[in-house]
Amino acid sequence: MDTEALQQSFNEKIDKDIRIEPKDWMPADYRKTLIRQIGQHAHSEIVGMLPEANWITRAPTLRRKCILIAKVQDEAGHGLYLYCAAETLNITREEMTEQLLTGKAKYSSIFNYPTLSWADMGAIGWLVDGAAIINQIPLCRTSYGPYARGMVRICKEESFHQRQGFDILLSLCRGSEAQKAMAQDALNRWWWPSLMMFGPRDADSPHTIQSMKWKIKRFTNDELRQKFVDMCAQQVEVLGLQIPDPELKWNEARGHYDFGEIHWDEFWNVVKGNGPCNKERIAARTRAHEEGEWVRRAALAYAQKQKSGISESQTAKATIKE
Amino acid sequence: MEQPLWEVFIRSRQGLDHKHVGSLHAADAKMAIESARDVYTRRMEGVSIWVVESKHIHASNPEEAGSFFDPAEDKIYRHPTFYKLPDEVEYM
Repeated sequence: MDTEALQQSFNEKIDKDIRIEPKDWMPADYRKTLIRQIGQHAHSEIVGMLPEANWITRAPTLRRKCILIAKVQDEAGHGLYLYCAAETLNITREEMTEQLLTGKAKYSSIFNYPTLSWADMGAIGWLVDGAAIINQIPLCRTSYGPYARGMVRICKEESFHQRQGFDILLSLCRGSEAQKAMAQDALNRWWWPSLMMFGPRDADSPHTIQSMKWKIKRFTNDELRQKFVDMCAQQVEVLGLQIPDPELKWNEARGHYDFGEIHWDEFWNVVKGNGPCNKERIAARTRAHEEGEWVRRAALAYAQKQKSGISESQTAKATIKE
Repeated sequence: MEQPLWEVFIRSRQGLDHKHVGSLHAADAKMAIESARDVYTRRMEGVSIWVVESKHIHASNPEEAGSFFDPAEDKIYRHPTFYKLPDEVEYM
């Protein structure tokens, strides 16, 4: 088939909501966009382990510690599902790791903020994982098969993350004045960065239009952000906390909450690598990668040795028979 | 050198087929099975795991799917609904 016919059959599949699979023909830009998006997503899961790992040893009870470890382990799993989905597009894991460590590939800017108190574990679960769920549920229907299947698995696990975060905040809010103040402080610091997780405004998002056409994305950044604000504005009342936005107000005519303007300078600054923890995060990943190098080499050397051991003993048997 | 890629198949319950769930990198089969347990069965999703090195999987060509599966397309007489039964036959 010539390229034009292939392109046409690709377009037909997208129109009919038929998933694109790894060996199907796809436009080079579709492939490139997916590699970028799935890669960023995978890196976010992996880097996202760092701010929370910071509190594993200091979780207030054994129960909270077990939960936090399980959550962080899930994030590692999510990263692996996504790396594997990206690899079906002909990029190697090594290339992706290198892109992360050299700063060529991005990850969600939210993970470049520090986790200063235990309440931050609550705020991350409720807000950051809450925002992730809103982003990810439509991705279960994304047009690329392996990505969609990975997202189904991730979404199943994500809801526990959000609830355990809300549960942490709820316990603090029902505790002493100092505990409630700690929860409010965490909300104050995490609210705006969480809104930034949905990316730039639609008007400033260069990839959105094409991604919507390819049905990689199903909703725009602003649509998802609004959904998130509406959800949190209601749930925060159960906690009895205040969202740090004086402009947050129910708009009867729109049927949505109005909210204030994000500090976009801060957003772009963190994206460009100048957030509070960008350097620390990449340094931690680089250290983990380098310190794990000998383990990977040893495992491979052992596998090689076992393989050649088997073939040697088989040869030996064959010789005896002769 | 990169660790080889493995495809992972999981039997979710005794009596069901193993089903493809995804892939992962591991140095050898034993490590692949242990990683598959950690990555794909953290919530009791499986009672048995198969791993196969991805390079050993052979696949039909999607670009030829039309002609390749064509022989099955016009044989509707393979389906029971093709046959009209007289009303007297209540159950078959």
